Amino acid sequence: MQISMNGTSIGAKPGQTIFQAARDNGIFIPTLCYHDKVGAAGKCRVCVVEIEGMNGLQTSCSVEVREGMRIQTRTEKVINAQKLVVDLLLSTGTHDCIACDQNGKCELQNAAYYLGLERGSLNYGVPEKDMDESSEFVFVDRNKCISCGRCVAACNGTVVNEVLDFKYRGNKVDIAFDDDLPMGKSSCVQCGECSQICPVGAITDRNSRGKARHWEVEKVYSVCPYCGVGCKLELHVDRKANKIIRVNGVEGAPTNDGMLCVKGRYGYDFVGHEERLRNPLIKNPDGTFRDASWDEAIDLVSRKFFEIKSKHGADSIMGMCSAKATNEENYTFQKLFRQVIGTNNIDHCARL
Amino acid sequence: MTNDIAGLDKSDVALIIGSDTSEAHPVIAARLKKAARKGKLKIIVIDPKEIRMADYAEIYTCQRPGTDVAVLNGMMHLIIKNGWEDKKFIEERCEGYEALKEEVDKFTPEYVERISGIPAATLEKIAELFGKAETAALYYAMGITQHTTGIDNVKSTANLQMLCGNMGKVGGGVNPLRGQSNVQGACDMGGLPNVFTAYQKVGDAPVQEKFERFWGVSLSDKPGIPMTVAFDKAYDGEMKAFYIMGENPMISDPDLHHAEAALKKLEFLVVEDIFLTETAKLADVVLPASTYAEKSGTFTNTERRVQLLFEAVKAPGEAKHDWQIHQMLANKMGQNWNFGNAREIFEEIRKCTPSYAGMTYERLGFNGLQWPCPTEEHPGTPVLHIGKFTRGLGLMTAIPFKAPAEMPDADYPLYLTTGRILQQFHTGTMSRKSPGLNNLAGPHAMISVQDAEAIGVKNSEKVKVTTRRGSIVTTAFITKRCPKGTVYVPFHFAEAPANALTINALDPVAKIPEYKVCACKIEKV
Repeated sequence: MQISMNGTSIGAKPGQTIFQAARDNGIFIPTLCYHDKVGAAGKCRVCVVEIEGMNGLQTSCSVEVREGMRIQTRTEKVINAQKLVVDLLLSTGTHDCIACDQNGKCELQNAAYYLGLERGSLNYGVPEKDMDESSEFVFVDRNKCISCGRCVAACNGTVVNEVLDFKYRGNKVDIAFDDDLPMGKSSCVQCGECSQICPVGAITDRNSRGKARHWEVEKVYSVCPYCGVGCKLELHVDRKANKIIRVNGVEGAPTNDGMLCVKGRYGYDFVGHEERLRNPLIKNPDGTFRDASWDEAIDLVSRKFFEIKSKHGADSIMGMCSAKATNEENYTFQKLFRQVIGTNNIDHCARL
Repeated sequence: MTNDIAGLDKSDVALIIGSDTSEAHPVIAARLKKAARKGKLKIIVIDPKEIRMADYAEIYTCQRPGTDVAVLNGMMHLIIKNGWEDKKFIEERCEGYEALKEEVDKFTPEYVERISGIPAATLEKIAELFGKAETAALYYAMGITQHTTGIDNVKSTANLQMLCGNMGKVGGGVNPLRGQSNVQGACDMGGLPNVFTAYQKVGDAPVQEKFERFWGVSLSDKPGIPMTVAFDKAYDGEMKAFYIMGENPMISDPDLHHAEAALKKLEFLVVEDIFLTETAKLADVVLPASTYAEKSGTFTNTERRVQLLFEAVKAPGEAKHDWQIHQMLANKMGQNWNFGNAREIFEEIRKCTPSYAGMTYERLGFNGLQWPCPTEEHPGTPVLHIGKFTRGLGLMTAIPFKAPAEMPDADYPLYLTTGRILQQFHTGTMSRKSPGLNNLAGPHAMISVQDAEAIGVKNSEKVKVTTRRGSIVTTAFITKRCPKGTVYVPFHFAEAPANALTINALDPVAKIPEYKVCACKIEKV
């Protein structure tokens, strides 16, 4: 269907919200509480627009498009309302971006930038809140929380771990883990869904803090190396340092739709670990290992395989391929055994 | 899985039996939990431990380890008795119903209660909820397979799902949750002793001929031996050399003392891995390989979805991709392989693997494709067996109940069962390199409150777990989630290896070890 946005005719799909149609057409409407996965909350009121024939401002995240609808996203009335909301948020809490890990990805920063607001103009004197560093992998800074409710919705409605909720009312409102325990003492399983979905720097990945900002990393798709669900990963990589900085789940992926578990999201230390094997090793007669070149190692393996094959037959050699290697590598491994060594003795730990 | 992950919220009922889903497959667990809380799904959990999924279940019950055949036969007994079976589906799509019906006839709820400990009334409730459901799915993992009756258990799950007409439809299916990133792919690629790629049988004349022509050599038509058997043969001196890629049998194999002795008797051991694992330490030659983040290629997940990986970082030092190592070795041994990258290997795979024939890296794209995908026009197959089973008629099999190989007795009065926990993975080669994950979960034994009180051990105190194979000292984790008489030990930890305790008793056909049941005793240290 066709709708009009800021005087321009654009295409939209039935059932879409105004916000979604705008996004699909490259028109920016700031939003804080809306996320595709947790849906419209209609809470933050930053995504308001004017719709011809409707009274007052409407939240674009919750109003569906209709044929011929005429929408304005940048009228004075809209901008003033958005400015008021963002000003209130900037005035409550400490929204200093300088060393924030969310810098460049922060949706409050985006909204403030769009509206030209440098800092909050109201002085509430909100008391500074303690950082919650009790969790192994997740860092919580409530001073940056804007009470959008995404993390609460995600924890209860997406991953259904039912740990996060709001406590208190009014300007005391805050997120709480279980019965207001420190995160690390709560029943949280540290899947990190709250961190991935947080629009600001309130919930971030502890191990990534200060390692690289969002625009400094290259994003590479991969698949989780742990269980067999096949969760799609977005690895955030610092190519120069040859390091994984952060792992996100890929939103919209058919397997995991952005969700991950504690291992998939945070258990990547092994990749760049100092104990990784760097070169072939050959065992000395005294049982210790010495470094060897590839030529020497491959030479030795092929010589020993020939020797054992000619003495005891190919069926005295067993190959174990790997449930953690790729299809391509498992294929070449069984081909090596069947075509080159000449035995069907191939198995792996599918049963273990 | 016969079905896909996305379709799991289309079920009315899901039976989880032998899967600690939220620990071992957390993201599938999240989807099941969501379907139960927000959608129409009703979950039934049958597990020796009161697993976290039980908190989301309509009915939870605890069976004695190793009694799954009796439980499933008991469900079928009640379903048939009450006429809840899908008569049309059985008539049109299955064979062997009469024999199955005759076998399950004796599995009355009272008889099943004596074997499994599940109260007759609870089994009746389970059978009613499952049997009356329009569409019910069944999920299992190693809790079904790692038994001397592993194949019997799997066939029983298939019996139940055929009986209720839950096969070949969205939201139904028999859904084994696979435990490793590419365990499905390793099987699909012929990483098994009796099949080439896509389960084309070794020894089948047309298949032999096809691969001989394709690879340009004559091939052995004698099926190989499974790994569990190879260890026995190595111990007996019959096997001379092992080449192990990315596996750590020194933690994952049953009865580790036996496994270690077997590896030490070998004339030559090659290990290709990313770390100097417990197994690599025993090797004559160690070849350094790459992690998932350092390579391009494909993994195939539990729902048969083939997905792309891309190289994100460089491997350290001179470490290579596994396929490069295989190519160097093949060429050194007289072949002339010329693979330039993973994509070229995938192109060769397509040519000899009918279920992957229609896949290209371009087509895999963002979503991947689910096999079978025989042609480049084929959209892939989210749900298997729609309209017709691969073998034609679905085979129902009468399965009698058999007890586990080792049962508790006066000397070893408790059941020992093993498995995974959320924060660690398999032999720990990857997950245990993370200080954070190690802080979250170390070695422990889950013990019931009653059994802990009986030996006077308190939470976090040291406890010694002993079986006829050996003993470990570990930390007691006393929990109401463990029933009296059952001890649960996760197997990830080299310093307290569960598999020093497990029994090397195998399923006669699948050769899978009975990790889920043996007899043990516990003492305060």
